[in-house]
Amino acid sequence: MNAVAAALRELWGLFVEDASLTLGILVCLVIAAFAFPELGLRDAWRGPLLFVLLALVLLENVRRSARP
Amino acid sequence: MSWAHVGTVILAAFLASLVEFVEALTIVFAVGTTRGWRSALIGAGAGALFLTVLTLAVGPALQRIPLASLQLVVGALLLLFGMRWLRKAILRAGGVIGLHDEAAIYAKQTAALARHRGGTPPPPLRAPLDRVSLATSFKAVTLEGLEVIFIVIATGAGGLLAPAAVGAALAGSLVILAGLGLRRPVARVPENTLKFAVGVLLSAFGVFWVGEGRGFPWPGEDLALLGLVAGFTVVALLAVAAVRRSPPQALAVRPARQA
Repeated sequence: MNAVAAALRELWGLFVEDASLTLGILVCLVIAAFAFPELGLRDAWRGPLLFVLLALVLLENVRRSARP
Repeated sequence: MSWAHVGTVILAAFLASLVEFVEALTIVFAVGTTRGWRSALIGAGAGALFLTVLTLAVGPALQRIPLASLQLVVGALLLLFGMRWLRKAILRAGGVIGLHDEAAIYAKQTAALARHRGGTPPPPLRAPLDRVSLATSFKAVTLEGLEVIFIVIATGAGGLLAPAAVGAALAGSLVILAGLGLRRPVARVPENTLKFAVGVLLSAFGVFWVGEGRGFPWPGEDLALLGLVAGFTVVALLAVAAVRRSPPQALAVRPARQA
């Protein structure tokens, strides 16, 4: 049982290390899935805008992680 | 499907798998050197066998999932996985956390296993199986191998599983050959640079697959992948520069962790 729990912990750790980064990425994905169509964005802008959102999440996370 | 896309898939799978194979080999070497090669190699072989069975069992099921759903789920997982690597590589490059050092991990693993043996020398090849060696090698190969499988599935999610598998197989062969040649862990791989590149590639694939899964038309179609790679590279380099420019007192040095 311990081995299974350890394996699951390792598997979880593959995707989640900093909870705020994970949350930020998931929020971006939800926005892309549900808000982009409502905003009336041109189709060709949706992918690049998702990239910009994710880049901002990464930059903010790194900046915050570098603080003491 | 363009050659730029196929080439990026092979490169991403190769580089990402290379890191995982080096990590697995480091632990198997530490176990073999300290506690004897028989149990270490049997544990590693059992891990490889387990992964093969798992792949054969799960692989066909993946092909029944509609492509758009698979791309969306895999893209999301790839973003979580790739951006986690990229964040860590940026913080390491910026000096916020310590570099991942295979030589140090090897030394630590060897010391821990030697303590467990009570300082006795490694047993001969015909000695009875050692449960600690078996379990440690099995765990290392299984866990790092699971990451390789995920990388192959994720990078090859658009019907390019074969090129992704070729990239991973090349990486595995290279690491095993280097390990056999050197007879010690491959410590000279610039791991943070690799992880930086892999984080960029996997994050780019993640955004691309999510977009494909949601039906976003990418400007330039497959070539958009190269644009995303360039975009994440610029963002990551800017992040490293920003972290390095932070006042010295803001840089909290934290101990390095594996992976």
